Amino acid sequence: MIHFVLLVSRQGKVRLTKWYSPYSQKERTKVIRELTGLILTRGPKLCNFVEWRGYRVVYKRYASLYFCMCIDQDDNELEVLEIIHHYVETLDRYFGSVCELDLIFNFHKAYYILDELLLAGELQEPSKKIVARLIAGQDSLVEAAKEEANSISNIIAQATK
Amino acid sequence: MGSQGGFGQSKEFLDLVKSIGETRSKSEEDRIILREIETIKRRILEPDIPRRKMKEYIIRLVYVEMLGHDASFGYIHAVKMAHDENLLHKRTGYLAVTLFLNEDHDLIILIVNTIQKDLKSDNYLVVCSALNAVCRLINEETIPAVLPQVVELLGHQKEAVRKKAIMTLHRFYQKSPSTVSHLISNFRKKLSDNDPGVMGASLYPLFDLITIDIKSYKDLVASFISILKQVAECRLPKSYDYHQMPAPFIQIKLLKILGLLGNGDKHASGQMYNVVGDLIRKCDASSNIGNAVLYECIYCVASIYPSTKLLEATAEVIAKFLKNDNHNLKYMGIDVLGRLIKLSPDVAEQHQLAVIDCLEDLDDTLKRKTFELLHKMTKSSNVEVIIDRMIDYMTSINDFHYKIEIASRCVELSEQFAPSYHWFILTMNRIFEHAGDIVDIKVAHNLMRLIAKGFGGDHESADSQLRSYAVESYLHVVTEPKLPSAFLQAWAMIEVICWVLGQFGTADGNYSASYISGKLRDVAEAYSSDETVKAYAITALTKIYAFEITSGRKLDILPERQSLFEELAASRSADLQQRAYEFRTVVHLEAHAVKSIMPFDVSCEDIEVDITLPFLNSYVQQSLQNGAQPYIPEEQRSGTIDISNISNQVSRESSMHALKFEAYELAKLPAPSRPPLPVSNISTELVPVPEQSYSIREANTYPSIPSVSTSGPPELKLRLEGIQKKWGRPSYSSSPPSSSGVSPSPASEISQVESAASLSSRPQDNYKDLKKAEVEIAPEKQKLAASLFGDSSKSNKTTGTRHNTSRSDTLSIDKSTGSRSSVAPAVETKIPPQPLPDLFDISDQTVAAVATTSVDSFMQLGGLLDHNGRCSSQSDAVIDSSVGSHDNVPLYSDLHVSGQSDPPSAKSKDNDIKRTFSRGSIEAMKGPNLKDALVKDALVRQMGVNPTTQNPNLFKDLLG
Repeated sequence: MIHFVLLVSRQGKVRLTKWYSPYSQKERTKVIRELTGLILTRGPKLCNFVEWRGYRVVYKRYASLYFCMCIDQDDNELEVLEIIHHYVETLDRYFGSVCELDLIFNFHKAYYILDELLLAGELQEPSKKIVARLIAGQDSLVEAAKEEANSISNIIAQATK
Repeated sequence: MGSQGGFGQSKEFLDLVKSIGETRSKSEEDRIILREIETIKRRILEPDIPRRKMKEYIIRLVYVEMLGHDASFGYIHAVKMAHDENLLHKRTGYLAVTLFLNEDHDLIILIVNTIQKDLKSDNYLVVCSALNAVCRLINEETIPAVLPQVVELLGHQKEAVRKKAIMTLHRFYQKSPSTVSHLISNFRKKLSDNDPGVMGASLYPLFDLITIDIKSYKDLVASFISILKQVAECRLPKSYDYHQMPAPFIQIKLLKILGLLGNGDKHASGQMYNVVGDLIRKCDASSNIGNAVLYECIYCVASIYPSTKLLEATAEVIAKFLKNDNHNLKYMGIDVLGRLIKLSPDVAEQHQLAVIDCLEDLDDTLKRKTFELLHKMTKSSNVEVIIDRMIDYMTSINDFHYKIEIASRCVELSEQFAPSYHWFILTMNRIFEHAGDIVDIKVAHNLMRLIAKGFGGDHESADSQLRSYAVESYLHVVTEPKLPSAFLQAWAMIEVICWVLGQFGTADGNYSASYISGKLRDVAEAYSSDETVKAYAITALTKIYAFEITSGRKLDILPERQSLFEELAASRSADLQQRAYEFRTVVHLEAHAVKSIMPFDVSCEDIEVDITLPFLNSYVQQSLQNGAQPYIPEEQRSGTIDISNISNQVSRESSMHALKFEAYELAKLPAPSRPPLPVSNISTELVPVPEQSYSIREANTYPSIPSVSTSGPPELKLRLEGIQKKWGRPSYSSSPPSSSGVSPSPASEISQVESAASLSSRPQDNYKDLKKAEVEIAPEKQKLAASLFGDSSKSNKTTGTRHNTSRSDTLSIDKSTGSRSSVAPAVETKIPPQPLPDLFDISDQTVAAVATTSVDSFMQLGGLLDHNGRCSSQSDAVIDSSVGSHDNVPLYSDLHVSGQSDPPSAKSKDNDIKRTFSRGSIEAMKGPNLKDALVKDALVRQMGVNPTTQNPNLFKDLLG
């Protein structure tokens, strides 16, 4: 089972966190600090797994962004590595050649996609196509809603400038 | 798709994200976030906020929370938003709620109603959102509230909903198996669902169920096998393919399940051989996912009933893993080796060199995995090399968690496989030295027992040799000048040293009492802040002097030692005072009295303790007849009675010599019925008393003794016995595992004694001794060796080579560098030139250079013109330190690789800029400004090295 998903930039900035096991806010901060210290310092050719407090953390670097997932000892590390990749590919398909900036400004989208991919710490959908379809379904409704709201938001934007 | 503004966030929010991106320090970031929290707090309370605005506030709160700040004031608004009619808002609400709340949060109860309603919705997207939230938020108490709806959804027409419903039920099962126990059959049913996604989802709960109860799922073996066959034959829709592998995630889960079902079941395993064999043959070992499946195949083979053919096939795969230059594969290779080693020990033998390479590798993770493997293959013939390595590694790391783990492994292995006592003592010394503060105190007790007990019985000469060896080695340790720093934390070690020196220091006559006592005093001084160590030291001193008196030698207590005792006698610690007084009394006693108080070498006699103290019965009877009050157990006493009792006794004691001590014991003793103190016993029955009162001490913990009595000889005797027994005793009663493993026969022991000195330095010589010893002793060890590595001669050979190779550092380094250099070009060719610097070069320079250019990018994008001058000058400064404050910077260059795709015109400008930076920053490592970057970019384009549109280069390296 995946206990949490963590996206951090090379500078140690958190881009996305998703916790499937209960952690308090304090623990979360601690976990993130510990793991960034552990992972960001690793050399490029070492293996993508680290042992951490009796768990394994599988991480992969995509450009300047590290994707980390924490799993149990007896899980298949290579599989998790591919789950990460699967997620990145899905993101890429959605955003169209995704870059870190996409995730920074649309982190909620990244959460939605992650929710379609993983549920309760397990891989829920191995097919990219189906995930994409679901997200698109949600988006089409959102788009419709946005049409209505657009005029209002423009007014607000003007007002708050 | 554009990355900015595309989703209607306000400028305010974009500015926030951007400013966070530009922060250079955590404190700056915190300041911005705190300001943001204040703003939202104020705004969110305004009346009549448009929902759209509210949605953005909530997303901003998610952002705040993600950065580690508390946004609890907004939770309630997120809950409200989840209740919204509009799916867009509802989804945002649910997202925020799942991120904010844990399942035990108070607000959960408010969201349950919303969830219930949404689970009934006719819009499947609403249902999906609700199910996502259910997985995260519903706790054991609220499961019944949503369970009926979730079960109903198992039959929903949309496969996405069925799938989520299955996984939700699985989550319920994990949280509280009893609530869904009647629904377990649903998981079976869903295995035959038409949709592969639903079928795949049902494998997770089934896996859990089978782990617990294999028997009731044996009938599914055939179904699982046929599913796996179909998957492997690409019968599933193309969309489930992943990098040319047919539905690998489903395959992996199926293999896991088959591994469970086939464990120890010959019949079931027989059915699996074909399909697993096919998988191994067909798997594409060049892709990562292919290897993941291969690994799972081996895992499966290792756990089902062994088949020689499959084992051969897996051996080949393992060879490929281990020989691969990819560290991940090596890691997995080592992992499966550990699993297979029980089945076919010779597999590991074939890969000795590879294993040694991994052990020498710079990669910590790989090293640890290899230690795990070594741990599994340790036996008496190779234990020395392995422990040697482990301790070396242990000394080199700082990771507290892992240090504990590896230290306990070392202790476990050396207790189990120690070839000789001397080696064992030496090893323990090393372990204590480097991890003395974290090993379990029991380890120290075991060691003391071992030294005290020796071989248990007739072999006095060997015993005393062992002891004198121990004494010698400890004296060596204590004499070393660096003692305080190296052992400062090693309480356990110091305790062992004190005890051994006290007990056996003068036994063989090699060292004089004054020499040893000098050393002990040094120890006590060095640990002046630690009472336990002082107590150990002072007791050891008492023992040494007692033995001196016993043997009739003249006592020669140096004044500074005397002063130490004076100082301790005035100590604040009751325990230390007590010991000091005992010492003072003992040294003034006659030789024969001392001898009966402190008999030499009784440290391992068993003590039988009868806590009912039957020898006092007659006295109790007599006292009761004389009108004494019966004893009331402590817990039944009220405070006043307690006090009066004590004061009575105290007054009585003061009149009688040596009574006082026993009185204290009495008052504290938890034994059900205890009489007031025997006066006569103490003086007449000198021998039995110590044992009895020892039991009293056992019952009352040491430091709780309220005060020091002006004690007589009997008490002293008791005390010292108590100390000895306290360490040794717990292990006497239960026969400890280590003793059987460690005790070789006497004959072999002697030969080992001779070679003991060279043990650590010349392990290979030692193997001969060991081999000899092995023939004579321990059939269990031989069996173990045979089961690990075939016959014993073979095993010796292997360990020999192992050792050789491990010594030849240069060789392996050469090898690794060689292989490294050969990999590099191979990888490079695969990867298009552009992203190369990003993917492989994390040098600081890149960052800095990129930083310079990207400052401009932000300027263009966000209109932050005024920042320009400041930023660029600063980024120059960053070049050296490269702390990477320009966070957004690498984004442009690194992540964005396929700039050639045709974006919609509205976003093309955006993309253009991105592309520019990706080119510019990569090519123009030193390009100080945008212009240079653009020139280089144009150059690159002319040369035609552009990434392809179809497959983003971003991903290409991942599969290589």
